[in-house]
Amino acid sequence: MALDKPYLDVPGTIIFDAEQSRKGYWINQFCMSLMKAENRERFKANERAYLDEWAMSEEQKQAVMARDLNWCMRTGGNIYFLAKIGATDGKSFQQMAGSMTGMTEEEYRNMMIGGGRSVEGNRYVGENGSAQAQNQPQGSAGKKAN
Amino acid sequence: MAKITASVFTSHVPAIGAALDLGKTHEAYWQPLFAGYDYGKQWMKDNKPDVIFLVYNDHATAFSLDIIPTFAIGTAEQFQPADEGWGPRPVPVVKGHPDLASHIAQSVIQQDFDLTIVNKMDVDHGLTVPLSLMCGQPPADNFEWPCPVIPFAVNVVQYPVPSGQRCFNLGKAIRKAIETYDEDINVHIWGTGGMSHQLQGARAGLINKEFDRVFMEKLINDPQAAADISHIDYVREAGSEGIELVMWLIARGAMNDVNGGKAPLLKQRFYHVPASNTAVGHAILENQF
Repeated sequence: MALDKPYLDVPGTIIFDAEQSRKGYWINQFCMSLMKAENRERFKANERAYLDEWAMSEEQKQAVMARDLNWCMRTGGNIYFLAKIGATDGKSFQQMAGSMTGMTEEEYRNMMIGGGRSVEGNRYVGENGSAQAQNQPQGSAGKKAN
Repeated sequence: MAKITASVFTSHVPAIGAALDLGKTHEAYWQPLFAGYDYGKQWMKDNKPDVIFLVYNDHATAFSLDIIPTFAIGTAEQFQPADEGWGPRPVPVVKGHPDLASHIAQSVIQQDFDLTIVNKMDVDHGLTVPLSLMCGQPPADNFEWPCPVIPFAVNVVQYPVPSGQRCFNLGKAIRKAIETYDEDINVHIWGTGGMSHQLQGARAGLINKEFDRVFMEKLINDPQAAADISHIDYVREAGSEGIELVMWLIARGAMNDVNGGKAPLLKQRFYHVPASNTAVGHAILENQF
């Protein structure tokens, strides 16, 4: 019998459940290694060589090198682990979270100062809030990239 | 005998730690947030506990994906502030209370909660930011926290996390454990994390003030109703990381009124948006005897 996963219809959200965790074991363990200063240095000196020391999939390595956190998460990454990459790059949690929305840093910061993203239209897939697939990317950073 | 005199509730955003450590507390962005803790800092001085039982979550710091305990109690003599990738926070070492911690572990396991006992771990912003908010930065000539702290880590990283109801019941068991400790000491129980926030995906930055207001209301006046909130409601309404709020229910479950005693006195209630990605909530409840 399939497990109960009532969270699959929440838009713009990947719940880090046992299945994602299984898939993401190595990408997340790689991230943990960045909690040591010497490993951060080695990673920065040669990202590809450092990543090749880990049993990650090629896609996971590409996602890390692209610093595409949404992609990292689809391959099993979890934000608290991925935050170690951001820390290595000198990024704040706000910069990291914002990078997943397609907004510029300033746009995202202003949204938060304005009270954050509204839950209206963002509870269920199929509504029309800002986090819904049909409304991506949300900001000028993402639009530039496309 | 030991008794629980108060519970403290607060968010534990890492950016708050960074703002404190980098001397940014008077910046216009941060000032309203820190002002909300002025009362709490004074209250801590006036109501200094002998031990703080601090419920928090580890953010992929002490626990990687190698071992994921649902409930972990720190029984060590001391716990080092962790390097989460930005270098360790410049805060004092956290002194534990091994004797009370092992007493609680034994009692709570006998009450059918399977705790993981941890004799060695570093503690991250989940534990040190609440201490900083409530105690301020200790002076250089007396660089220590005001009292021993028992770290109690709850898995809220990998789904499924424990339910609100289970956390609430666990709080009751922890209370029983503390009340059977022979020494006459005064214990605070703190519940940390939340409030609404989401750190991932296209829905990052979600804040739900109405959910937070109702949650706080229930937590204070009708905690069983707060314990009834399901996982999916936290995720949908308060964001994927808003689920951290289940940890507040552990502290709330340890209070007198839900164990046959009197209703607590509300000493402080505060709410502010934003701190980085997060809605910050804070409350202090004092037990009445």
